[in-house]
Amino acid sequence: MSEEEDEIILSELSDEELTLQMHDDLYDGLKEEIEEGVNILLERGWQPYEVLTKALVEGMRIVGIDFRDGILFVPEVLLAANAMKGGMAILKPLLAETGAPRLGNMVIGTVKGDIHDIGKNLVTMMMEGAGFEVKDLGINNPVENYIEALESGEFDILGMSALLTTTMPYMKVVIDTMVEKGMRDDYTVLVGGAPLNEEFGKAIGADAYCRDAAVAVETAKEFMAKKHNQVSA
Amino acid sequence: MSEKLQKLLDTQGWILTDGATGTNLFNMGLEAGEAPEMWNDWHPDRIAKLYQGAVDAGSDMFLTNSFGGNAARLKLHNAQSRARELSRIAAEIGREVADKAGREVIVAGSMGPTGDIMLPVGTLSHADAVEIFEEQATGLMEGGADVLWVETISAPEEYAAAAEAIGNIGAPWCGTMSFDTAGRTMMGVTSNGMVEMINGMDNKPFAFGANCGVGASDLLRTILGMAAANPDRPLIAKGNAGIPKYVDGHIHYNGTPELMADYAVLARDCGASFIGGCCGTMPEHLAAMRKSLEATQKGDKPDLAVIAERMGGFSSEDDGTAGKPAETRTRRRRRD
Repeated sequence: MSEEEDEIILSELSDEELTLQMHDDLYDGLKEEIEEGVNILLERGWQPYEVLTKALVEGMRIVGIDFRDGILFVPEVLLAANAMKGGMAILKPLLAETGAPRLGNMVIGTVKGDIHDIGKNLVTMMMEGAGFEVKDLGINNPVENYIEALESGEFDILGMSALLTTTMPYMKVVIDTMVEKGMRDDYTVLVGGAPLNEEFGKAIGADAYCRDAAVAVETAKEFMAKKHNQVSA
Repeated sequence: MSEKLQKLLDTQGWILTDGATGTNLFNMGLEAGEAPEMWNDWHPDRIAKLYQGAVDAGSDMFLTNSFGGNAARLKLHNAQSRARELSRIAAEIGREVADKAGREVIVAGSMGPTGDIMLPVGTLSHADAVEIFEEQATGLMEGGADVLWVETISAPEEYAAAAEAIGNIGAPWCGTMSFDTAGRTMMGVTSNGMVEMINGMDNKPFAFGANCGVGASDLLRTILGMAAANPDRPLIAKGNAGIPKYVDGHIHYNGTPELMADYAVLARDCGASFIGGCCGTMPEHLAAMRKSLEATQKGDKPDLAVIAERMGGFSSEDDGTAGKPAETRTRRRRRD
């Protein structure tokens, strides 16, 4: 904490002020403050799920908007995601205990032949920041890796990344295999990577092309909301 | 050395660089995911052919096949111990091709990013980055490169590390960044921000600019932004041959040789003196670019409307050169 006169003591803030403060602290990537804030809210009797959605996910949503709009860039987003992770580490076991609703599970990986991972890692961090569970398959994944992960039944969303024009067609191989196995419609398939575009996403049969990590999060949320509506309808 | 570059600039007014490395190698049978640098050892004939393609098309300069030839990238192929050697061979093959060209052709030793994010956000320390770059730079100079060519960088910290590494061995260099995120680099550097960054550097490059990124129009906007910031050294424009499109299971760059010929002229009008291509730019594009540069004189700086009309629209509305958009969020307080 700084020693300025306007120093804010997190524990002295009202619930509402504290959540707003946490949004700012996430924005500034202040991990210790976020951890402190999460603990204070829990001590005040907040449900872990409430802390997650109202303080952390909402804060990361603001980060995502400013990233999308070109106000924040990768370095700031990585710091924010790191702060979020600090808070999540506290909440995760509690969320499991309380049986809180899950936002969605995603499996993600860079496709076969491609060893780039910055973009994928960014999406992973932003998705986790938004409260999703993400399993990262890493780089250079053959179709078998994706199928095996999906067949475990844990996931709602498949994310594929490619940074090369020569590897991006492999995404279609994965989607075609899913179609053959009759499992394509069970999942939302999101694709991304520098050389991709919306037209390409459509051409290979993905549900959506995501221009950046912020868009990936928003798109994943939309698809999960649709899915939940279908279930409850 | 950089005298060669200066001499070419003095006599010709501009330098035609080369085009794509990856796209050309894939056409020769490189498998996706394979490290192109291994071919320096396994298929030197194909690498010589790659360089020769640029020379025959009229390039004044070509980049060596060493973009991913640093220890951090080669590690993904378990070849981290071969960074210096593979870089040296890349330059040796280049030297041989250039010396046989019958005219002055410059061998530029390509140095791409480490692929790691630097501290404090990422894991790579400045000292480690300098060591990684210095090792590769040493190999390239041993192999006979005329100049080192740092490219596709997105983080200012990484650019600085490369500059320091090259300074340690006293080699001449040029360095470009890739502006692929709404006119900025992935890490948020704007075109005029790069000029400012260069102005503050100890070991300044001979020339700097932009490569890769989105399409030809975005790249030219970046060059205009740099020129407007009054740089004190030559600018480099190495743009992709259009935008990749997916056609029948294959990727095609939609930039025709005609488009790239027009792009070359526009790049010169925008203020670039090193002009070339990046992904998707094949020898036929280079030949068309040379022809159009020779057939015309440098013209007035185009405005954005002219660029959009001739090259296609931009990927984003603004490119951040006018300063960051005003923060609309009300902050509760500021912290240091």
